[in-house]
This record gives sequence, C-alpha cells and structure tokens, in this order.
Amino acid sequence: MSSPSPWTCAIIDRDPRLPGYRSDARRYDELLDGQGRVRGHWRTLIDGVLEDDARAARRAAEFTRRMIVENGITYNVYADAQGRDRPWILDPLPYLVAAEEWRDIEAGVAQRACLLNALLADLYGSQRLLAQGTLPPEIPFGHPNFLWPCVNVRPAGGRWLALYAADLARAADGRWWVLADRTQAPSGLGYALENRQIVRRAFPHLTQSMDVEPLGAFFATLRDELLGAADAEPLAVVLTPGSFNETYFEHAYLARQLGFPLVEGHDLTVRDETVYLKTLSGLKRVHTILRRLDDDFCDPVELRVSSALGVPGLLSAIRRGTVSVANALGSGVLESAAWLGFLPPLAQTLIGEPLRLPSVATWWCGEAPAFDWVAAHLPELVIKPAFPNQKLGAIFGSELSAEERSALIARIRARPHAFVAQEHLAFSQAPVWYTKNADGLSARALGIRVYAIATPQGYRVLPGGLARFASDAHAEIVSMQSGGGSKDIWVLADSAEMTEESTAPSARVDRAPSKQTDLSSTLAENLFWMGRYAERCETKTRLLRATLGLRRKLPFHAQATDICRQLGASAVFDAEKRFTLSGDIDRLGECAARVRSSLSAENWRALTVLLRDYRRAQATRSDARETLDRLLLSLASLAGFALDDMTQDDGWRLMMIGRRLERLLFLAEVLARRLTQADTPLRQELEWVLEIGDSTITYRTRYRAPPVWDHTIDLLVYDERNPRALAFQWRAINTLLIEVAESLGTPAQDTLYESISDLVALKYERFGGDLALAQASREVLARRLGTLSAAASRLSDQLASQHFSHIEFEVRAVSA
Amino acid sequence: MMRYFVRHSTVYEYGGDVAHSHHLLHLKPRELSHQRCLEHALELEPEPGVRHEDVDAFGNPMARLEYDRAHDRLSVVAQMRVEVNGRAASDLAATEAWELVRGRLGYRATPPRADDLEACRFRMQSDHVAIKQEFAEYALRCFEPGMPMGAAAQALMHLIRRDLKYQPGSTTNRTSIAEVLKNRRGVCQDFAHLMIGALRSNGLAARYVSGYVRTERQDGAMALGGDASHAWVSVYCPPLGWVDFDPTNDRLADEDHVTLAWGRDFGDVSPLRGMIVGGGRHKLRVDVRIQPLEPLSPGSRDNGR
Repeated sequence: MSSPSPWTCAIIDRDPRLPGYRSDARRYDELLDGQGRVRGHWRTLIDGVLEDDARAARRAAEFTRRMIVENGITYNVYADAQGRDRPWILDPLPYLVAAEEWRDIEAGVAQRACLLNALLADLYGSQRLLAQGTLPPEIPFGHPNFLWPCVNVRPAGGRWLALYAADLARAADGRWWVLADRTQAPSGLGYALENRQIVRRAFPHLTQSMDVEPLGAFFATLRDELLGAADAEPLAVVLTPGSFNETYFEHAYLARQLGFPLVEGHDLTVRDETVYLKTLSGLKRVHTILRRLDDDFCDPVELRVSSALGVPGLLSAIRRGTVSVANALGSGVLESAAWLGFLPPLAQTLIGEPLRLPSVATWWCGEAPAFDWVAAHLPELVIKPAFPNQKLGAIFGSELSAEERSALIARIRARPHAFVAQEHLAFSQAPVWYTKNADGLSARALGIRVYAIATPQGYRVLPGGLARFASDAHAEIVSMQSGGGSKDIWVLADSAEMTEESTAPSARVDRAPSKQTDLSSTLAENLFWMGRYAERCETKTRLLRATLGLRRKLPFHAQATDICRQLGASAVFDAEKRFTLSGDIDRLGECAARVRSSLSAENWRALTVLLRDYRRAQATRSDARETLDRLLLSLASLAGFALDDMTQDDGWRLMMIGRRLERLLFLAEVLARRLTQADTPLRQELEWVLEIGDSTITYRTRYRAPPVWDHTIDLLVYDERNPRALAFQWRAINTLLIEVAESLGTPAQDTLYESISDLVALKYERFGGDLALAQASREVLARRLGTLSAAASRLSDQLASQHFSHIEFEVRAVSA
Repeated sequence: MMRYFVRHSTVYEYGGDVAHSHHLLHLKPRELSHQRCLEHALELEPEPGVRHEDVDAFGNPMARLEYDRAHDRLSVVAQMRVEVNGRAASDLAATEAWELVRGRLGYRATPPRADDLEACRFRMQSDHVAIKQEFAEYALRCFEPGMPMGAAAQALMHLIRRDLKYQPGSTTNRTSIAEVLKNRRGVCQDFAHLMIGALRSNGLAARYVSGYVRTERQDGAMALGGDASHAWVSVYCPPLGWVDFDPTNDRLADEDHVTLAWGRDFGDVSPLRGMIVGGGRHKLRVDVRIQPLEPLSPGSRDNGR
C-alpha cells in the first residue's frame, strides 16, 4: 500500500455507489460536483455501468482486456525488461465532455493550430517576428528541429501543419490549459480510433442512448485532405521509422485505416526530384507522405547525416513541389515549452484575435526578468529543458534541497535560454475502472490530447481524442511511458441542435486495402521470409520431435542426431546461436512484425501466442516433447491463416512460394542424406523419415504395411496428391511463379524445370531391396535431389534480385 | 590584391556500382566585399541526371546533383579564379568588450540590430558544435574581464594553437570537440570547431568558414592546411563586424585566404556530401591546388569573367 498522502484529509465521500472514489480538494473533480453529486452529463453513464452490482462495467472491463490482447494492441517502451511490446492499457469507462464545454475546446484547439501554422510561416519565411523583437532568436535557432535547409521552402497552400495535437489538462479552477503542442508528427490518433472501436462495443447500448459524436468523418476528411492536391490517381504513404518505434502499432493501424501503404525510408527513392515507392511492379510516384519520422531524420543528404531512416533527396522533391509532406519538415521546432509564454501577444499579431485557450504559466529563462523571477520562486516551479535534445527530465523545485536549488540556478544562469520554468498544475481527476486489484471506480489525474486537421475551411477538430490517466491515485504524470493508461473521450452531442455528423450519412472508415501494385518491395520481401521462417520452424520442429522419439540404442540414432545438427536443429532451446530453432523463431517474429499491416488481428494473435509460449517454455525449461507438440500446433494454425485468412495478392504469393521452397529444400536435404547411407534402412529409420515428412498416417492408410524405400520415396517425392511431397511443392511453386509473373508482366522463372525433369525421369526406378541396382538408383536419386536443392536456393536468390534487389543495397553517407 | 587559380578535385573510386546517389556541393566561392570570383567551372564525371545551382539559407552558392545511372567512379573537379583584396584593417583593440557583445546578443524584447540578429544564427548549439561548461571554461583561461572581443578571440586562437597539435589523420569528420580537447590534436576543422565551441559556450557568436589557404606565404613561411580544403573561424566583433581568425595558422585571415562558404559548423558547408546506394568500399582522393596568378595588366582585368 502506498503511504497516505497529505491531501487525504480533504476526502468527500458521498455517493454510496462510489466507495473507492475520493475527491481531492486540490483537484477539479470531473465526476462529482461540490456537493458530491454526480454531474449531469455523467449520470447516464454511471447509472448504466453501476446498475446491478456494476455488471456492465465488469463485463466491459473483461471485454476490453480481451480485445487489447486479441487485437495485439501494443506500445513499445525502449529498454523495457519485459521485451519490446507492452500491451496498451485502456480503461473501459470513457471520459465524458459535455457539448457546450467541447465547443470551447474545439474552437481553442482550432485557433491554436491556425496560430502555430502562421508562426511556422514566419520562422521559415521572412522571420519578421525575430526582426521586430517579438520573439527571441534563441528559441528557433537553438532548437534542433529548426531546419535551416527548409528556410524559404513554402509548402503547398502554406500548410505547414496538416495535423496538430494539443495536450490539455483542467486545473482546479475548472479551466482547460494547454500543456504542450504536438506539431512534429502527433501520435495517438490511431490509438484513439482503436479505443473508440473497442469501447463502443464494450457499451453498445450506452453509445447509442448517449448520442456520442462519431469519429469516422474526421478520418475520412484526413484521408481526403492528404490525397487532396494530387492527380487522378494519387498515392499517399505513411512513413514510419520502423518496428522498433514506440508507437509502431499505431503507424500500422493508421496506415490500414487510411488505406495507405506503410513504408520505411528505404522503400522510397527520389529520382529526378520526385518521390517514388519501390513496389513489386516497379517505381510508383508518391504524392503525399504522412510522416511519423522526426523531421531532422527525413533527408540524410541535407539534414542529419547519421541516419539511414530517411529518404535521400526528399528535400529536393519538396522544394520542387512534387511531393507534400505532412507535417512539413521543420514543424518540430514548435515542440518546446519555451514558446508558450509568447503565444498570447503572437495571437494578436498573427491572427488578430486573443488566444482562446491559455497555456500553463511558463517562463522562458532567456529573458533576464523571467530568470530573476524563476530564481526567486524555484520551490513553486517545475524546471524543464527548452530543447528536446537536452538530456534532462522535469525537475520539481519543491523536491530540491537549498544546495541543489542554488546549483540548479547556477546551471540555468550559464545557459538561460535552454531552460523554462512552469507552474505546477494539479490535473483534474476522473473516474477509472481499470486498476490492478480494485473492483470499482477510483479517481485518477487525467489529461487529454485533442487533434485537428487542416481543411480548406480551416482547422477541423476531432470530436474526441485520447485521454490519459496517471498510474496511481497520487501520481501526477499522465503518460503511457510512465505506466498510466488511456481512455476514450466521448463528446456528448448537443441534444438541442443536430450536428453535421449526425445528419450526414455516417462515414465509415473501412479497411481500404491499397492496390496490389502498391505493394512495397520490403513488405513483399518480409512476407517471403516470413513464409520461409514459418516453414523452417515447422520442419525443424518435426525433425527434432521425430529424433527425440528414436530409441538411443538404435545404430541409426547417431546419424539422425548428426542430420539434426547439420540442419541446424540440434536442440529445442538454443538461444545463443543464430542458426537454430530458437533463432528461426526470433526471425519469424521479426518478419511478422514488419508485415503486421497485412496480417489479420487473429493471425497476429496466433503469432504472439506462439512466441510467448515458446519463450515461456524456454525460460522455465519445459519438457521438450511437450514444447515441440505445442509448437507444431501453433505453427499449423499459422499455416491455416496463411491459406485462408489473407488476401491472395502478390505478397501472399511470395509468402507461399517461401513456404513451399523451404519445405522442398528441407525434405530434399533429409532424403538425399538418408539415401546416400549405404545400408538398407531399418524400419524405424523409414518411420523417422515419414514422420519428418508428416506422411506417417498417409502411408499407413495407403499401404497398410511397414514402410519400405520404394513406397516411401513415391509418397514423399513423386505423389502430387500428398501436400508434403516434393512434387506437390514444385507444382505449387510453378503455379505461383506464373501468377506473379502474369500480375507483374514479367517472364516467370524456370530455374527448377531442369532438375524437376531429371527427377521425374527416375520415377519408375526401383529403390528397394538390397540389390546393387537399387543401391545405384538410390545414389542417382540422391544426387538429383541435391541438384534440386541447389536450384531451389538459386530460385530464392533470383526472386530476391528480381523483386527485392533495390532494398538490399545499403545506403551510406559520403563526405569529402 | 591577390589572384588565385584553385583546382579542387575529389574522386571516389567505388568497390562496386553505385546505383543511385545524391550529392550536395559547396565548391563555389562566395562573393564578398573583399573577394570576387572571376571564373568558376565544375567538371563532373559522369554527368549527373540532375544538376541544380542554388544559394543556401546562409547565402552560400551550392549545387545539388543526382545520379540515376550506375557508376563506379565519381570525379568532381572545381576550378576557379578568385581575386582577394586586402581586408579592412582590423583594430582588434577597438572592439567592444566581450561581455558587452554577449549582452547585446541576448533577447530584450526590442527590435535587434540587423547585424546582431544575423549573429544570433551562429551562437547556439549545432550538430558538430556542442555547448558545454568545459568549453566555456577553456576560453575563460585567456579571457580577461573587459577584454575587447577581438583581442579575446585572438588570445583564444593563440591558446588553441599552443595546446593543439596539427596532425592530419588523427581525427575524422565526426570527432567531437570534447575528444579534440582531450587528445589535443586534430586538423583545421577541429581547431575551428573547438574555437567556435569555446566562444558559443560563452554566449558569443562564431561561424565556421570553409575555403582555401595559400601554402607558401608571401613572407616565405609555409601555411598549414594548404594542401586540402581549409577551415577557419569568423567571430562577431562589433563594431568591426565579423573578423576571421585562422587558429590552425594562428593568424588573422588575409589575402592568403579564399572563402568558399560559411555556416554554423562543418555540416552546413562541407565541400561535398552525399548519400550513395551500393558501391561497396570506396577509395577517396581529394586534391587541392592553390596557385597565385601573375598580376594581370589593368586592361585584361575582366577578361576572365
């Protein structure tokens, strides 16, 4: 238990249905009014969820938890000991805002977006505000995201901010204050949409009876605005730094919702000052980039050199006006608390209006009077860095000793422009159902993020957003990174007037799959390798399982173990080395993470479960047989998803070619190795081979006798009806290759033909018995299987060079 | 007045084909009150698909190149004839005290003088120039209270020349100032970055100048840095304006210095930077020749244009 806080003396505890919900005199209470009564706009919700011993709330909580896991909604926290992905935390209870109050927030956020856009126009244009002394040059020029190469680059329509978000909190006086502006690449929009889709289903009746503003129209507008200025067939992409980014889930989700391909920097190329996407069918012109990559990383030719994340030459395309980037490169300069104090006069200067939404009181220490004031009032203030590249967290003056305070003051004095001081704001509190142990409503500090998009009619605000709450009752910091959770925001429609959305036909944001020709080469390559690794895991698992089942006394046991070792399957758990089952499972997870936008939620879930179970088994050193059995089952379900759950486009075809190739390579290897062993095999050996080839049952039903070489080879090599046989693989591969070639208008690879016809020529040879003749045939067969393996490896390389080649080059910086 | 012929050649021999590349060039001299570019030519081999001449945000001439065809060798040869006149006499003692300069560059919510605002671009942290207490203290070893800005910068230049060993190959483009200060050696780029860092860490304005220096001086001595592109530091010294200090050679820049471009640090004005796709390991050869020309007869003065 946490120690009682000094504020618990101010407990008001009136509504008997809310035993665990305590008001706090320092905070504005979103739920209860001064008399401890539930506020009007919360009543329907609270009555609904608490009815019948809170059955609805419990059910919704359970549903929400399940959906998070099943949809695989994650949030990556760097250096997280629990692994890269952490499940998203969503409280089932929405945060409610009354219509009237929302109108103020909406107008305030729209105005602020407009103001900040005008500020960017000045900073990257005439810099009149600096010349007039309205703004200190230290703030833009000291900011790492003020990009000099972008000075005098005016984006189309003068639109620097296509998308903007403001972080708001409500103070004890009931007013909303802006804490921070998100101008670079505001995150959270995808999570907000996903939250809504879950919470709406968690409380299906309430959503209808409470008349909640829908979000769909906003996303449709965002999509239209991003595609807007382009030609007849515009292509927009979402540019992500990659699957290690903390909000990668969201990038993939947003891309899927908007119907834009999700790409990394190396998927794009700039030719003749125009941006192209590398797709399976060649280069395709890109008109709009919605970037989730920080602006200074976007073009290593003109901006930060160190990164391979960006698109070399992007700025030259932007300057030429052949591509538009949202938000414009350089917009990140406004992400600094140092600007906040300057906004009220700027609003007058730039848009001729008073600022509607105040910012939390902020002093930029670069001004001498501000510095003096800050030095004198340090215990009441929070000190923050002015620039994002300073390695400094928020410092609460109240927590410092006298010595530490003077040290901090000296530090600020040495470089005053790099520090800001802010008033400490006690956030309002709202009811939360999600808590670790409790089963009822409790109170948490809360902040909201509100989004706006630019339209020709001005900024339009999402009627909703992302609410975030603190991790425990006394915590102040509301962020996902520090262990808090999120909530959906319900803006309650005004019953008096019909809003535009509720009369308009509901705009649904459906999964709008991007056209097949837009399939990026990287995505295709990762699908191909995902297919190969999935199959590789499966074959190795079978090999290991079959070998574990052999009696150690068998003379053949040593050879089987040898084969396992040679094929990289010597142990069930072997995390140290790369070419092992453990390594392959890791690789499978990595490929899958990169193609996540093409996998269904269930498919992704099956994968997550597989990885989790295997790692858990590894950690607890579970029984090997049991682990392998479970693994095979999971892998079989993945194979099922591959067949039935994916759009059968070229990406899918390449994935299936990957699977088939891997199966063919592996079985050909095992057979060739066994065939060259001189002796007539023991019955157990052939059973072992059949088990690896997953054809034991088929053999038994078909021949009803102990296995012999002739039938085994027929079943595993030539039988086109056996989905495990080599013949089945090569036929399938050829069909898929022809389909890909037709779709792309390229000639199909015929790499396998020769070795296949050589093999087919042996079809009616005798391999059985102990005749010298049969021995000779077996050796020929073994050689030809070897040739087939080699051809299959070559085919894999050819596919790589034909379809994925341009992504294999490393992009490097040169300087002289 | 001096006239020079400069030939700056950069050749990349790639280990394999470069499929595609983008380059940014700062290889054309700026026009200045004391410097005129009489002739400038850029020879490129192979010919790029796209070539754009432009002026960057700091007013430097620049070129952008894009290669869209496979090549295993890139040769960039800039040749120029430049006239450098004597600079206005710099009475360093007549400059404002350095504390006053720092004060005038601070924000006071009133319209700044245009010169001061220009200087503000060059007093903050940049990619290659960190701002640190350590660098501030380094400069304060030789800054005395009330010292004129020019004299203080000169003292700092002497200090750097005394402390640092000029040693080609001892550092790379990414060596930080802190490392240079610790290891006490480097090339002209490091000397310049250290001086800039020490000045900016005290709230003063300094910019990085890229150019060439004549190896054989008129007095017969040899200058360092003449066999490659050179770099030095321009310091804001009101009321004189910007004064150029060459810490590698421990003297003020003069008729021996040809200016190409200036920026916050090396990153803004590196002569040639780029991103290549493919290419494997590469060999780089840079060759700079700076050659004083015979004074021409007055009549033929403008023939070179």
